Amino acid sequence: MYDKFIQNLKGIFTIWYRDVLRYSRDRARIVASLAQPLLFLFIFGSGLSPVMSNLGGGHLDFRQFMFPGILGMTVLFTSIFSAVSIVWDREFGFFKEVMAAPISRAAVALGKVAGGSTIALFQGCIILLLSPILNIQLTLFQIITLVGLMLLLAMVMTSLGILIASRQRSMEGFQMIMNFLLMPMFFLSGAFFPLKNIPLWMEILAKIDPVAYGVDPLRQVVLSKTVPSMVIEMLSNYSIAVNSLVMAGFATAFLIPAILLFGKRD
Amino acid sequence: MKNENNSSTVKLSGVQTKGGSTIIEVRELTRKFGDFTAVDGISFSVGEGEIFGFLGPNGAGKTTTINMLCTLLKPTEGMASVAGIDVSSHPHEVRKNIGLIFQDPSLDDRLTGRENLHFHAMLYNVDRKTYESRSREVLQMVDLTEKADKQVRTYSGGMKRRLEIARGLLHHPKVIFLDEPTIGLDPQTRRHIWNYLLRLREREKITMFMTTHYMEEAENCDRIAIIDHGRIVSLDTPEALKQIVGGDIVTADTSDNTHAGQIIRDKFGLEIRNGQQGQIIIETTDGDKFIPRLIDTLTNYNPSIQVLSINLRRPTLDDVFIKLTGHSIREEEADQAKDSLKRRVRMWNRGR
Repeated sequence: MYDKFIQNLKGIFTIWYRDVLRYSRDRARIVASLAQPLLFLFIFGSGLSPVMSNLGGGHLDFRQFMFPGILGMTVLFTSIFSAVSIVWDREFGFFKEVMAAPISRAAVALGKVAGGSTIALFQGCIILLLSPILNIQLTLFQIITLVGLMLLLAMVMTSLGILIASRQRSMEGFQMIMNFLLMPMFFLSGAFFPLKNIPLWMEILAKIDPVAYGVDPLRQVVLSKTVPSMVIEMLSNYSIAVNSLVMAGFATAFLIPAILLFGKRD
Repeated sequence: MKNENNSSTVKLSGVQTKGGSTIIEVRELTRKFGDFTAVDGISFSVGEGEIFGFLGPNGAGKTTTINMLCTLLKPTEGMASVAGIDVSSHPHEVRKNIGLIFQDPSLDDRLTGRENLHFHAMLYNVDRKTYESRSREVLQMVDLTEKADKQVRTYSGGMKRRLEIARGLLHHPKVIFLDEPTIGLDPQTRRHIWNYLLRLREREKITMFMTTHYMEEAENCDRIAIIDHGRIVSLDTPEALKQIVGGDIVTADTSDNTHAGQIIRDKFGLEIRNGQQGQIIIETTDGDKFIPRLIDTLTNYNPSIQVLSINLRRPTLDDVFIKLTGHSIREEEADQAKDSLKRRVRMWNRGR
């Protein structure tokens, strides 16, 4: 029993280590995955900045408003992609070896959650380095809180990714998931506009969007030393604690069926 | 009991194994994908230290069988045990005792050869000390010691295969499963891989279970199960299987093969079949003495028939396969069969 537990821990570590090692070798992937957030932030953000000057009563630049959204976006896409990569890894590569090894499927799924989350967190931290350019002030305590929040969001999204990947055998369906699940989740997250005074149907959809509960607290923490607290209150929906609890709930709700489905042998 | 000494007796029960004790036991194993039966109630057993081959066209159910034995796929019906452990009830215990070489590459090409071995050791819980000595040993066995610290994407196809073989052996498995171990490799590399495998068997006394659709490859096996449409058609040593064909194969090409065939049937009472270009193929004993009689008979009964060429050879496993199934293991048919199997499996997956 004890041996089995140790072996599964080793299995989780192995899967995590492989993901991290691969990521560190793949410079092109690191650069490519940063391109999209940078485009959004500097072209989209700079273009809209003059028009959106009323946001936050003149205390807030639109790019500063967008920045937490970009953090959320980076974490969202990196997590989902690294989890869904299981699908082709399983058909054409290393995952066959993993699936045939004497470790439980739950360990494989958990290792993948750990690996995907670590990479997503790392990507998020790189984006975080841009904060001085946008005149955002961050203390060490803020940074630690942001890392925690990004990790939580990353775990929600990798779990969702594994849930999607667990029963999928081909990449054909991925475009569908991208268009009908990921993009709506991203747009409804409040990354580009505050989730205030929006139509009812949108409000309802935003309420069931896990990413919204990630972007909301990220924004509160990122802007806390940069704009007056009254402005933050105007833009946010829930307290950081409530947001974190909801994210933890989503993570559990995705992870348990993901492990169960992933462990099912054909 | 009357056929006891007749080696051409087709052994379908598979109870008899060569040498030591039984290490793989399969009874009425069946796997269905929806209403398509990929493996249809097969039974056989493999003895310790044996090289056991599954020969058949692609899509015959070879990979499905291997996947069930390796606990990657659940049997629909029947039982199978490896090293005395049931594959359905104790998959983990089975996995510890087997090594796997897949049909498609399963290496991480962004990692080095040594890193791939190291990950394998971690997944199979091989302790550090054993890993260090064993990895040195297996790398040497497949001649990859010098390339071990290069990333796998720089390897050739043959090197990748060798690394996979080394990896499959790392945790001292009792049985090694090889699914089409030389598919997609050129003939020279294929021979090399076989040298490694035969060397391995000498050194480690390991049991090998392999699938192949290459006849020459099957010749290296101690025993072969010929599989077609999910069923074992015959199971025996390569020599004994060739006895099924009986005697020699005489291939004759004449100016009028239809007519000539008719004469051979009438005058010799022999069964004939036609080759790809319409040649007449005859199975007979003492082929060397048969040829002059054949030419005499043909020219006597119909002087207008010209004999263009005559060829005499020993039967191959391909002849055995044709004899048993009525068709050849030809690539183009095989590819179609495989495609249709893949399509069916995909449809089955989608339908769930």
